[in-house]
Amino acid sequence: MTPPADLRSIAEVAPLIKAGTLSPVDLVRAALARIDARAELNAFITVMRETALAEARASEGEVAAGRYRGPLHGIPVSVKDLIDVAGTPTTGGSAVPPRYPREDAPIVTRLREAGAIIVGKTNLHEFAFGTTSDESAFGPVRHPQDPSRSPGGSSGGAAVALLEGMCFASVGTDTGGSIRIPSAACGVVGLKATIHELPCTGVLPLSHTLDHVGPMARTVADVSTMFRAMNGDVADPGAHGHLPPDRRVFGVPETYFCERLDPGVREALERIRGILTRAGHDVRPVEIDDAGRTADVYLHIVLPEASWIHASMLEAHAGRYSPGVRLRLEMGRCVLAEDYVRALSLQTVLTHAVERAMAGCDALLLPALAIPAPPLGAVTVDVDGRREPVRAVMLRLTQLFNITGHPAIALPAGRTHDGWPIGMQLVGHPGATNQLLALAAETEGYMIGGDGSVGGGTG
Amino acid sequence: MQTEDWLKAACADADRRGLEGLKPLLESLARSTASLREFDRAIRASDAASISESTPAGDAAGRER
Repeated sequence: MTPPADLRSIAEVAPLIKAGTLSPVDLVRAALARIDARAELNAFITVMRETALAEARASEGEVAAGRYRGPLHGIPVSVKDLIDVAGTPTTGGSAVPPRYPREDAPIVTRLREAGAIIVGKTNLHEFAFGTTSDESAFGPVRHPQDPSRSPGGSSGGAAVALLEGMCFASVGTDTGGSIRIPSAACGVVGLKATIHELPCTGVLPLSHTLDHVGPMARTVADVSTMFRAMNGDVADPGAHGHLPPDRRVFGVPETYFCERLDPGVREALERIRGILTRAGHDVRPVEIDDAGRTADVYLHIVLPEASWIHASMLEAHAGRYSPGVRLRLEMGRCVLAEDYVRALSLQTVLTHAVERAMAGCDALLLPALAIPAPPLGAVTVDVDGRREPVRAVMLRLTQLFNITGHPAIALPAGRTHDGWPIGMQLVGHPGATNQLLALAAETEGYMIGGDGSVGGGTG
Repeated sequence: MQTEDWLKAACADADRRGLEGLKPLLESLARSTASLREFDRAIRASDAASISESTPAGDAAGRER
């Protein structure tokens, strides 16, 4: 019989662990049982059964001996299989020979120091070079609501693991939206911090200019706890940023970002605008100059950088890549140096455009994903009556903030009429990730709107 | 290199390497490259205009010299 998913938040279970009334061993056992029970979803590539149980027993002993480390102590966490965990292969979701790291990536080390228990490595779109998680040598990641649908990507396994109670938090990566897209498609919370805020050392790169690593969880408070631990904020990893009581200003970039949305997503955005306005906040339209050029700049950075990173592996193992990923890497080899440099120069132009749009605003408010979870293998999707390439549609609302480096968080924002999760996005000021998290915590309730969205720590 | 010439060369290379599936992607990339270059030209033109607008006295002085 399938064990029920434990969807409590870290904030709910941590005090029980601290008090000794909840055993980390039981939490890890329950997480492992859920991984086994829903193996057909292909959420995990490597399950670290023995080490996780051993660490859980050690955690239990430490807590009993009065050495409680904080809110992540004894908490089952998963790590995207693009990130080094000592003793396990880093596959990148590929059939290309993996690397066998001797050391944890620094963010994994920091999580372990905070007491987190790594239960396994999650599946992904091969080498994080896609948005649907259906090109993986370990099978497509399937959406728990309907296995014929994609959970988004590239951190698709991480989002599914959260939705199914296989862990309490996950570590993902985001080069064009790979944390925020699956978070939106699955109804969980995902943060891309300010560029370079969290170290990407020990993470298989895709684009040195655009890569970010970040936490995913079922609530903003849990993402905040993870972020602080990953950022080495050991002094008070459970504390969340606070904002003085005030009227917030949200800028909604309507041109480009809100022009082509699924009707359910548009409805959710309008509902949230209305709720925030009625609550006394200022929700105003803003313009991001040249936003329509985002995809051009993005492509001419990510393609050549990914091709350069994969050059030697592509030479040696071309046939082992998924066909779609291989073709995108081959395409990157054709970008002229002049156009790559041009795109890097225009990165600054777009960054200034976002800064101008955000002047006077606490955050930008926009959807994280224009469509609900698409069918697995879809090449095009219908967006408000128009067929569009699925990859371009899924990246459209997130990739600009990889180019500009602004912190951005995806939050559950209700469901479409046929029950698919919708995600909204808040974008903060560079270097102000803690303030963004505080704002997200404030608005989390408005987003969910009491309509039963997944997450929220309601168990 | 003009995008048309670049596309022709890239497609010929794809043919040579038996990567038929790459050609539609290259065509799409060529459109994006043309758009990127147009954006770059527009930004440069706008920068040049703002520089000349911000130094009218200098321009006048230059003419007098």
